[in-house]
Amino acid sequence: MQAILASLISFLPRAIMQGTPLLYGATGEIITEKSGHLNLGIPGIMYVGGISGAAGAFLYEHSVDVMNPALAILIPLSCALVGSLLMGLIYSFLTVTLRANQNVTGLALTTFGIGIGNFFGGTLAKLSGTGETSLSLPQTKILFKTSLPFAADLGWFGSVFLSHGFLVYLAVVIALIAAFVLGRTRVGLQLRAVGENPATADAAGVNVNRYKYVATCIGSMIAGLGGLYYVVDYMGVWANDGFGDRGWLAIALVIFAVWRPHVGILGSYLFGGLYILYTVINIGVAEQELFKMLPYVVTIIVLVVTSIREKRESQPPASLGLAYFREER
Amino acid sequence: MKMHEKVREPLFHIIKRDGLVWWKSWLIRIAAVAAALLFSGVISYAITGENPMDIYLTMIDGAVGSTHRVWNLLQAMAMLLCVSLAVTPAFKMRFWNIGAEGQALIGGFAAAACMLKLTGVIPDALMIPTMLLLSIVAGAIWGVIPAFFKANWGTNETLFTLMMNYIAMQIVSYFVSIWAVPRGSGQIGMINGSSNIGWLPRLFGQKYLVSILVVLLLTVLVYIYLKYSKHGYEISVVGESENTARYIGINVKKVIIRTMLISGALCGVAGFLLVAGSDHSITSDTIGGRGFTAIMVSWLAKFNPLTMILTSFILVFMEKGAGEVATDLGLNHAFSDIITGIIIFFIIGSEFFIHYQIKFREKEKASIDQDDKTEKEVKA
Amino acid sequence: MNYAIELKGITKTFGSVVANDNVNLTVARGEILSILGENGSGKTTLMNMIAGIYFPDHGQIFIDGEEVVIRSPKDAFQYKIGMIHQHFKLVDVFTATENIILGLKDQGKYNLKKAAARVKEISEQYGFEIDPTKKIYEMSVSEKQTVEIIKVLYRGADILILDEPTAVLTPQETQKLFAVLRKMRDSGKAIIIITHKLHEVLSLSDRVSVLCKGKYVGTVNTAETNEMALTEMMVGKKVTLNIDRSAPKDPQKRLEVKDVTCLNREGVKMLDDVSFTAYSGEILGIAGIAGSGQRELLESIAGLQKLSEGDIYYHNPKTGEVDDLRNKTPMQIRDLGVRLSFVPEDRLGMGLVGNMDIIDNMMLRSYQRGKTMFLERKKPKNLAEDIIKQLEVVTPSAHTPVRRLSGGNVQKVLVGREIASSPTVLMAAYPVRGLDINSSYTIYNLLNQQKEKGVAVIFVGEDLDVLLELCDRILVIGSGHITGVVDARSATKEEIGLLMTKTTAVKEENENENA
Repeated sequence: MQAILASLISFLPRAIMQGTPLLYGATGEIITEKSGHLNLGIPGIMYVGGISGAAGAFLYEHSVDVMNPALAILIPLSCALVGSLLMGLIYSFLTVTLRANQNVTGLALTTFGIGIGNFFGGTLAKLSGTGETSLSLPQTKILFKTSLPFAADLGWFGSVFLSHGFLVYLAVVIALIAAFVLGRTRVGLQLRAVGENPATADAAGVNVNRYKYVATCIGSMIAGLGGLYYVVDYMGVWANDGFGDRGWLAIALVIFAVWRPHVGILGSYLFGGLYILYTVINIGVAEQELFKMLPYVVTIIVLVVTSIREKRESQPPASLGLAYFREER
Repeated sequence: MKMHEKVREPLFHIIKRDGLVWWKSWLIRIAAVAAALLFSGVISYAITGENPMDIYLTMIDGAVGSTHRVWNLLQAMAMLLCVSLAVTPAFKMRFWNIGAEGQALIGGFAAAACMLKLTGVIPDALMIPTMLLLSIVAGAIWGVIPAFFKANWGTNETLFTLMMNYIAMQIVSYFVSIWAVPRGSGQIGMINGSSNIGWLPRLFGQKYLVSILVVLLLTVLVYIYLKYSKHGYEISVVGESENTARYIGINVKKVIIRTMLISGALCGVAGFLLVAGSDHSITSDTIGGRGFTAIMVSWLAKFNPLTMILTSFILVFMEKGAGEVATDLGLNHAFSDIITGIIIFFIIGSEFFIHYQIKFREKEKASIDQDDKTEKEVKA
Repeated sequence: MNYAIELKGITKTFGSVVANDNVNLTVARGEILSILGENGSGKTTLMNMIAGIYFPDHGQIFIDGEEVVIRSPKDAFQYKIGMIHQHFKLVDVFTATENIILGLKDQGKYNLKKAAARVKEISEQYGFEIDPTKKIYEMSVSEKQTVEIIKVLYRGADILILDEPTAVLTPQETQKLFAVLRKMRDSGKAIIIITHKLHEVLSLSDRVSVLCKGKYVGTVNTAETNEMALTEMMVGKKVTLNIDRSAPKDPQKRLEVKDVTCLNREGVKMLDDVSFTAYSGEILGIAGIAGSGQRELLESIAGLQKLSEGDIYYHNPKTGEVDDLRNKTPMQIRDLGVRLSFVPEDRLGMGLVGNMDIIDNMMLRSYQRGKTMFLERKKPKNLAEDIIKQLEVVTPSAHTPVRRLSGGNVQKVLVGREIASSPTVLMAAYPVRGLDINSSYTIYNLLNQQKEKGVAVIFVGEDLDVLLELCDRILVIGSGHITGVVDARSATKEEIGLLMTKTTAVKEENENENA
């Protein structure tokens, strides 16, 4: 009994750590999809968020002897935001202004973003002339991982809930704010109208394109933070392709959470837990791979069940994936 | 008294084109590729400081610089083209099959499993036909599952097929792990390396020639299927207008399922060719993202299989070329992904100028008045 | 006194088509004005100019005596003008309140409860029944309409324009709506209602303005007029078209529609107990206000609508057998050997595929011919070329996508294809809509030729002059009922006009009149 509890206490924080990048990605994608844009570029955007943050942190670590903690946090943070914002701008320019096919644009963006991540991740250390061979950020990681000083004194509660760096909590806060904005504010109402029926929103005086741009860009920036978290907090070093398929998992999470950011919070920890469940269950290496499949299977089940039940509130935004052209009414 | 504020007419205003002469639209696309190359050159220069002209030359050299490279290029093209052919019937039907990666992988897996488990069990001569058959069946099953749900309940196929990719990958990882050679190494390695059972034969001494020819044949077949067969015609009608399909009595559900069966089966063939024709092994990364790149190949070619030869060539050429630049300058190979991304951005961006026209403000106010078509027709 | 709205000399053209020609109109506060006219008489276009959707080519708009410029719906709102369009603009998954406040910027804090209370208040004030928290997709058509009206009132409109508000309502719902409109009038609002139902005009409005073919005919006080006088104003003088019409030769029963009832997705009866017979060698015209069930009727026969009641019998001239087509798919109908051709109203969305060329569009009906799995393009190509030549289709080549052809040429392609399969029944819905005079005559001649060949032609039209000169008999349909069957050679426009505006069935005794 004691042993099970102990392993649970060690498992939960790790599930939260695994879930956090997914939560960022899913929250960003939900906001984007609510504007009617299926952004399949999210995996690439998360890579870019990660590498921009890592690059900022790396260059700062090597440019000063003693780091200013505030700057050491702010520089990677703002680099990640700017990097993913640029990605969001590419996507929205192509799909909103030029009305390009969303799937093709998104997939190209993912190729591009992963390329950027791996390229700079693999070469920046070499190019920087610091003598390093990998993009490792030991000091930045310590800062990002700083948790509340009294967390350790609070026993299991502290280690499960309070032992994380601030980005873990920021993810929850952003998801809650997103849920609030989407559900309880005029901006949220209008954003949802744009994703459901842009022609109606347009006729009601909502600036459809502006909403699409802003939602996509904010969504991208939030997703980018997921990449940042993974590199500077979870890993502390850039590894090419290290982020893996977490970006796609984040898109799966959107469906699992039926487009509700607050459901995404628990969903992300569940997915995170499923992702590493094999580590606590005594099974072979091979079976671990089957366990990693679980989040996707669960997502498909949710997708199928919601489509069969035909509950209107659980459907994807009605105009998801369609370009809006006013004069085509 | 209410004074109405002055209404400003927008500076420009976008209208749909009625259709552009083919050479004009190709001119726009060629200009886009040229602009993309120029831009990539600038980017490369910014990163490496090399003379852009040298970079282009290195690219050409990397892609087609030797016989060996030409064969590699052709093989890579053939594989990408094969997956692209597979997704095309679905796309023509407006069914967003982004699960080609998984369908091809499961097909390749079936082929590899055959080699692993049936060598010595069935006659060697039957090996390749068995592998091919099982690959096709596996790919088709993977393709038809989302189609079944789409046809009956309208389940979103983009998200469904996307998820199916990762299920396929994990299944393959699982079997790779339990069948690993040597045990615990986590990889299968080359299967039948000495006996070459289940390997596609060399033709004129060329290892890849058989797969290349198969893909060439498939290209022609898919082209004919889409353009000249009754099925292909039904696919176009369903894709263009479900209402028309209903009007002439096409069973839309049946067409969706049948088409995805074919799409999945062709993906299975691609997986088979990768395993039997070049890799002789299987990993969860055997398809290597071709399932996604294929979507762009097919879309950029406007779903025309013959044009897809060109678009797959452009993408593979860039990939190989940029790879060589990376090797040459000691850069990371991901460089080619960046260049590929840029090229695609430019081409998809250019489509806008083919389909739409920008009209600048005129003196007349006619442009702000929207014509409701039906209204207009009623008036006549 | 200044009028709430005064239009002076409004003219609007679309290309070469004059939709409104020098129209004058006034409406005062505390008044309901009906705008009456046939389909295509320019009512909606005129109202769209007040609501800021279109901009007039010439003319002036005055509001409370002040000349104004209305360039967008937003401008219209500033002048407190609100229009309730025929096609609702609502977000399905939103509640009534959410839809009503969508796009509004003012009013400080976002507070759905307060907004809902305000919605409730407005609805009580005018006697609407509405649940502000109900989702649109759970609502009936009349509830959705209520939401649209409240949306306009919530924005403070005091000039309301309603475009055919009763087209989708049941008689009871219509009565309720009228009660509300009267209340609004009494509270000082100016109301314009577009309609072509005469009894509604008479029971509701204070004055009636009549449009005919884009021209302003006149305005009368409702109290001083009657159905007959209004019909005369609405249908205009009889125009002679000189369409050749021969007497039907040897008419045989071909298609028998018996007690057909059919519901739309909302469960509203679109066809209610419809019965009639179409004979070979005659053109049976179908007259009626748009949306009275014409489309459903033709689609039922073509196998595209599920019938909830009734049967459709086809008398096969070859075998002499009688087949029931009820709830058969188009394929099954074809397999029975029924040669049925159908020119649907929606040409490019249903009858043709816009992005395919003329040849491929020819194949829509025939692509399954031949035993191989391949298409046979030679015959369709010949057919396409024949049609282009015989019907004088203006096109660069047979390989041009039909989307690029002009409306008249698109229709020639469609009618040409449908005729080519030598049908025994030919149905055509609004086949000359949007066509110029020459193309229209081409189509009339084609229909006449088919009739002379012994085809049973069913022609749904909107121009009464044409119906009267082209058809042998005219079936009048009103709100899903058959309101009358007349002999086209002796009937008058006024007679048909009156039947069109009726909403109750007249059981015919005419089953044998023609046999």
